[in-house]
Amino acid sequence: MSLYNIFDVSGSAMSAQTVRLNTIASNIANADSVASSTGEVYKARHPVFSTIMNDTLQSQNSGMAGGVRISGIIESKADAVASYQPENPMADEEGYVYSPNISMVEEMANMISASRSYESNVQVANMTKSLLSKTLSLGQ
Amino acid sequence: MAINFDKAFGIHESALNLKAQRAEVLANNLANADTPNFKARDIDFDKALQVAVSNQHSGLRRTHFNHMDSNIGNEIPGLSYRIPLQPDTGDGNSVEAQVEQTKFAENSMHYQASLTFLNSKIKGLLTAIKGE
Repeated sequence: MSLYNIFDVSGSAMSAQTVRLNTIASNIANADSVASSTGEVYKARHPVFSTIMNDTLQSQNSGMAGGVRISGIIESKADAVASYQPENPMADEEGYVYSPNISMVEEMANMISASRSYESNVQVANMTKSLLSKTLSLGQ
Repeated sequence: MAINFDKAFGIHESALNLKAQRAEVLANNLANADTPNFKARDIDFDKALQVAVSNQHSGLRRTHFNHMDSNIGNEIPGLSYRIPLQPDTGDGNSVEAQVEQTKFAENSMHYQASLTFLNSKIKGLLTAIKGE
Protein backbone atom coordinates (compact mmCIF):
# COMPACT_ATOMS: atom_id res chain seq x y z
CA MET A 1 0.00 0.00 0.00
CA SER A 2 1.77 3.09 -1.19
CA LEU A 3 0.11 5.49 1.27
CA TYR A 4 2.16 3.98 4.10
CA ASN A 5 5.37 4.76 2.18
CA ILE A 6 4.56 8.46 2.36
CA PHE A 7 5.29 8.42 6.10
CA ASP A 8 8.81 7.15 5.33
CA VAL A 9 9.29 9.74 2.60
CA SER A 10 8.05 12.69 4.68
CA GLY A 11 9.82 11.39 7.79
CA SER A 12 13.16 11.22 5.96
CA ALA A 13 12.65 14.78 4.74
CA MET A 14 11.83 15.97 8.27
CA SER A 15 14.99 14.42 9.71
CA ALA A 16 17.07 15.89 6.87
CA GLN A 17 15.62 19.34 7.57
CA THR A 18 16.34 18.83 11.28
CA VAL A 19 20.01 18.21 10.49
CA ARG A 20 19.97 21.38 8.36
CA LEU A 21 18.47 23.37 11.25
CA ASN A 22 21.07 21.85 13.55
CA THR A 23 23.99 23.02 11.39
CA ILE A 24 22.43 26.49 11.12
CA ALA A 25 22.13 26.66 14.93
CA SER A 26 25.76 25.61 15.24
CA ASN A 27 26.87 28.22 12.68
CA ILE A 28 24.96 31.03 14.39
CA ALA A 29 26.13 29.98 17.86
CA ASN A 30 29.75 30.00 16.74
CA ALA A 31 29.59 33.22 14.73
CA ASP A 32 31.51 35.11 17.43
CA SER A 33 33.90 32.43 18.68
CA VAL A 34 37.45 33.56 17.98
CA ALA A 35 40.68 31.59 17.54
CA SER A 36 44.37 32.51 17.50
CA SER A 37 45.05 31.09 14.02
CA THR A 38 43.16 30.65 10.74
CA GLY A 39 43.44 26.86 11.06
CA GLU A 40 41.70 26.65 14.44
CA VAL A 41 38.82 28.93 13.56
CA TYR A 42 35.28 27.50 13.30
CA LYS A 43 34.14 26.75 9.75
CA ALA A 44 30.49 27.14 8.78
CA ARG A 45 28.88 23.76 8.08
CA HIS A 46 26.31 23.01 5.39
CA PRO A 47 24.51 19.70 4.78
CA VAL A 48 24.27 18.20 1.28
CA PHE A 49 20.93 16.56 0.43
CA SER A 50 20.50 13.64 -1.95
CA THR A 51 17.59 11.45 -3.03
CA ILE A 52 17.23 7.91 -1.70
CA MET A 53 16.71 5.46 -4.53
CA ASN A 54 14.95 2.75 -2.59
CA ASP A 55 15.74 -0.76 -3.85
CA THR A 56 12.75 -2.46 -2.30
CA LEU A 57 10.46 0.16 -3.74
CA GLN A 58 12.21 -0.01 -7.05
CA SER A 59 11.39 -3.68 -7.45
CA GLN A 60 7.70 -2.93 -7.07
CA ASN A 61 7.41 0.24 -9.10
CA SER A 62 10.59 0.91 -10.96
CA GLY A 63 12.26 4.28 -10.65
CA MET A 64 10.37 5.34 -7.53
CA ALA A 65 12.50 7.31 -5.11
CA GLY A 66 12.03 6.96 -1.37
CA GLY A 67 12.72 10.29 0.28
CA VAL A 68 15.81 12.31 1.04
CA ARG A 69 18.96 11.79 3.06
CA ILE A 70 22.02 13.78 4.11
CA SER A 71 24.89 12.54 1.96
CA GLY A 72 27.47 14.69 3.75
CA ILE A 73 28.22 17.88 5.62
CA ILE A 74 30.65 20.25 3.96
CA GLU A 75 32.67 22.95 5.69
CA SER A 76 32.69 26.46 4.30
CA LYS A 77 35.86 27.52 2.47
CA ALA A 78 35.37 31.20 3.30
CA ASP A 79 38.52 32.85 4.71
CA ALA A 80 38.52 33.70 8.41
CA VAL A 81 38.21 37.36 9.32
CA ALA A 82 41.25 38.77 11.13
CA SER A 83 40.74 41.61 13.60
CA TYR A 84 43.33 43.52 15.64
CA GLN A 85 42.59 42.93 19.33
CA PRO A 86 45.92 42.89 21.23
CA GLU A 87 44.13 42.85 24.60
CA ASN A 88 42.27 39.60 23.72
CA PRO A 89 43.82 36.57 25.50
CA MET A 90 43.39 34.55 22.26
CA ALA A 91 45.44 37.06 20.22
CA ASP A 92 48.55 35.79 18.38
CA GLU A 93 52.01 37.46 18.62
CA GLU A 94 50.98 40.25 16.24
CA GLY A 95 47.81 40.97 18.22
CA TYR A 96 45.29 39.47 15.78
CA VAL A 97 42.32 37.19 16.55
CA TYR A 98 40.47 35.27 13.83
CA SER A 99 36.70 34.86 13.67
CA PRO A 100 34.69 32.66 11.25
CA ASN A 101 33.29 34.25 8.12
CA ILE A 102 29.60 33.51 8.82
CA SER A 103 26.93 35.54 7.05
CA MET A 104 24.12 36.03 9.56
CA VAL A 105 21.70 37.06 6.80
CA GLU A 106 22.42 33.88 4.84
CA GLU A 107 21.98 31.69 7.93
CA MET A 108 18.68 33.30 8.90
CA ALA A 109 17.30 32.93 5.35
CA ASN A 110 18.46 29.32 5.37
CA MET A 111 16.73 28.78 8.71
CA ILE A 112 13.39 30.09 7.40
CA SER A 113 13.70 27.91 4.30
CA ALA A 114 14.41 24.83 6.44
CA SER A 115 11.48 25.43 8.77
CA ARG A 116 9.07 26.03 5.85
CA SER A 117 10.18 22.77 4.19
CA TYR A 118 9.73 20.97 7.51
CA GLU A 119 6.21 22.39 7.84
CA SER A 120 5.17 21.31 4.35
CA ASN A 121 6.32 17.76 5.08
CA VAL A 122 4.36 17.75 8.34
CA GLN A 123 1.28 18.80 6.36
CA VAL A 124 1.81 15.97 3.89
CA ALA A 125 2.12 13.43 6.71
CA ASN A 126 -1.00 14.80 8.43
CA MET A 127 -3.05 14.68 5.24
CA THR A 128 -1.86 11.12 4.56
CA LYS A 129 -2.86 10.15 8.08
CA SER A 130 -6.41 11.40 7.59
CA LEU A 131 -6.66 9.71 4.17
CA LEU A 132 -5.49 6.42 5.66
CA SER A 133 -7.88 6.55 8.59
CA LYS A 134 -10.73 7.24 6.14
CA THR A 135 -9.62 4.28 4.01
CA LEU A 136 -9.54 2.04 7.07
CA SER A 137 -13.11 2.96 7.96
CA LEU A 138 -14.32 2.17 4.43
CA GLY A 139 -17.68 0.39 4.43
CA GLN A 140 -18.49 1.05 8.07
CA MET B 1 -28.75 -12.71 -10.75
CA ALA B 2 -25.69 -13.15 -8.56
CA ILE B 3 -23.71 -10.23 -7.24
CA ASN B 4 -20.26 -10.11 -8.83
CA PHE B 5 -17.89 -8.64 -6.25
CA ASP B 6 -15.08 -8.29 -8.81
CA LYS B 7 -17.17 -5.97 -10.92
CA ALA B 8 -19.00 -4.31 -8.03
CA PHE B 9 -16.47 -1.56 -7.44
CA GLY B 10 -15.84 -0.82 -11.10
CA ILE B 11 -13.24 1.79 -11.97
CA HIS B 12 -12.98 3.18 -8.44
CA GLU B 13 -10.69 0.43 -7.18
CA SER B 14 -7.97 1.15 -9.78
CA ALA B 15 -8.56 4.88 -9.44
CA LEU B 16 -8.00 4.73 -5.68
CA ASN B 17 -4.77 2.77 -6.17
CA LEU B 18 -3.49 5.25 -8.71
CA LYS B 19 -4.33 8.21 -6.49
CA ALA B 20 -2.40 6.60 -3.63
CA GLN B 21 0.58 6.14 -5.95
CA ARG B 22 0.32 9.72 -7.16
CA ALA B 23 0.23 10.92 -3.54
CA GLU B 24 3.52 9.10 -2.97
CA VAL B 25 5.15 10.68 -6.03
CA LEU B 26 4.00 14.17 -4.93
CA ALA B 27 5.12 13.58 -1.32
CA ASN B 28 8.51 12.57 -2.67
CA ASN B 29 8.70 15.79 -4.69
CA LEU B 30 7.99 17.83 -1.55
CA ALA B 31 10.49 15.80 0.47
CA ASN B 32 13.17 16.58 -2.11
CA ALA B 33 12.31 20.27 -2.42
CA ASP B 34 15.88 21.17 -1.33
CA THR B 35 17.82 18.35 -2.97
CA PRO B 36 20.26 19.52 -5.67
CA ASN B 37 19.63 18.11 -9.17
CA PHE B 38 16.30 16.55 -8.18
CA LYS B 39 13.63 16.76 -10.90
CA ALA B 40 9.96 16.85 -9.89
CA ARG B 41 7.78 14.07 -11.29
CA ASP B 42 4.07 13.45 -11.62
CA ILE B 43 1.70 10.76 -12.86
CA ASP B 44 -0.47 11.51 -15.89
CA PHE B 45 -3.70 10.25 -14.35
CA ASP B 46 -5.67 9.76 -17.60
CA LYS B 47 -2.91 7.72 -19.18
CA ALA B 48 -2.28 5.65 -16.04
CA LEU B 49 -5.98 4.91 -15.53
CA GLN B 50 -6.41 3.81 -19.16
CA VAL B 51 -3.54 1.35 -18.75
CA ALA B 52 -4.90 0.14 -15.38
CA VAL B 53 -8.44 -0.38 -16.69
CA SER B 54 -7.42 -2.11 -19.93
CA ASN B 55 -5.04 -4.22 -17.79
CA GLN B 56 -2.17 -3.95 -20.23
CA HIS B 57 1.09 -5.41 -19.06
CA SER B 58 4.03 -4.17 -21.06
CA GLY B 59 6.72 -5.58 -18.77
CA LEU B 60 8.79 -8.71 -19.29
CA ARG B 61 7.30 -11.69 -17.49
CA ARG B 62 9.53 -14.27 -15.80
CA THR B 63 8.70 -17.71 -17.18
CA HIS B 64 11.38 -19.68 -15.32
CA PHE B 65 12.75 -19.25 -11.80
CA ASN B 66 16.33 -19.34 -13.17
CA HIS B 67 15.67 -16.34 -15.37
CA MET B 68 16.88 -12.92 -14.30
CA ASP B 69 14.27 -10.60 -12.87
CA SER B 70 13.79 -7.57 -15.05
CA ASN B 71 12.05 -4.31 -14.28
CA ILE B 72 11.93 -3.13 -17.88
CA GLY B 73 8.43 -1.97 -18.72
CA ASN B 74 7.23 -2.30 -15.13
CA GLU B 75 7.36 1.44 -14.53
CA ILE B 76 4.25 3.21 -13.33
CA PRO B 77 2.40 4.15 -16.52
CA GLY B 78 2.16 7.88 -17.06
CA LEU B 79 5.03 8.73 -14.68
CA SER B 80 7.09 11.54 -16.16
CA TYR B 81 9.00 14.69 -15.26
CA ARG B 82 7.19 17.93 -14.61
CA ILE B 83 7.96 20.97 -16.77
CA PRO B 84 8.95 23.76 -14.34
CA LEU B 85 7.23 27.14 -14.56
CA GLN B 86 10.33 29.09 -13.63
CA PRO B 87 13.92 28.83 -14.86
CA ASP B 88 16.49 26.87 -12.88
CA THR B 89 17.85 28.75 -9.89
CA GLY B 90 21.27 27.13 -10.19
CA ASP B 91 21.07 23.91 -8.17
CA GLY B 92 19.31 21.85 -10.85
CA ASN B 93 16.22 21.34 -8.68
CA SER B 94 12.89 21.66 -10.49
CA VAL B 95 10.52 21.34 -7.50
CA GLU B 96 8.12 24.24 -7.04
CA ALA B 97 6.73 23.81 -3.54
CA GLN B 98 3.52 25.74 -4.16
CA VAL B 99 2.70 23.64 -7.26
CA GLU B 100 3.40 20.39 -5.43
CA GLN B 101 1.35 21.43 -2.42
CA THR B 102 -1.72 22.35 -4.49
CA LYS B 103 -1.40 19.15 -6.54
CA PHE B 104 -1.13 17.11 -3.34
CA ALA B 105 -4.24 18.78 -1.89
CA GLU B 106 -6.10 18.24 -5.17
CA ASN B 107 -5.06 14.59 -5.26
CA SER B 108 -6.19 14.14 -1.65
CA MET B 109 -9.63 15.50 -2.50
CA HIS B 110 -9.86 13.12 -5.48
CA TYR B 111 -8.83 10.27 -3.22
CA GLN B 112 -11.60 11.16 -0.77
CA ALA B 113 -14.06 11.37 -3.68
CA SER B 114 -13.09 7.84 -4.71
CA LEU B 115 -13.56 6.71 -1.10
CA THR B 116 -17.03 8.24 -1.05
CA PHE B 117 -17.96 6.45 -4.28
CA LEU B 118 -16.67 3.15 -2.89
CA ASN B 119 -18.56 3.69 0.36
CA SER B 120 -21.84 4.23 -1.47
CA LYS B 121 -21.20 1.13 -3.60
CA ILE B 122 -20.66 -0.88 -0.41
CA LYS B 123 -23.80 0.57 1.14
CA GLY B 124 -25.76 -0.37 -2.01
CA LEU B 125 -24.45 -3.93 -1.86
CA LEU B 126 -25.30 -4.17 1.85
CA THR B 127 -28.84 -3.01 1.16
CA ALA B 128 -29.14 -5.62 -1.60
CA ILE B 129 -27.81 -8.38 0.66
CA LYS B 130 -29.95 -7.52 3.65
CA GLY B 131 -33.01 -6.95 1.47
CA GLU B 132 -34.46 -4.40 3.87
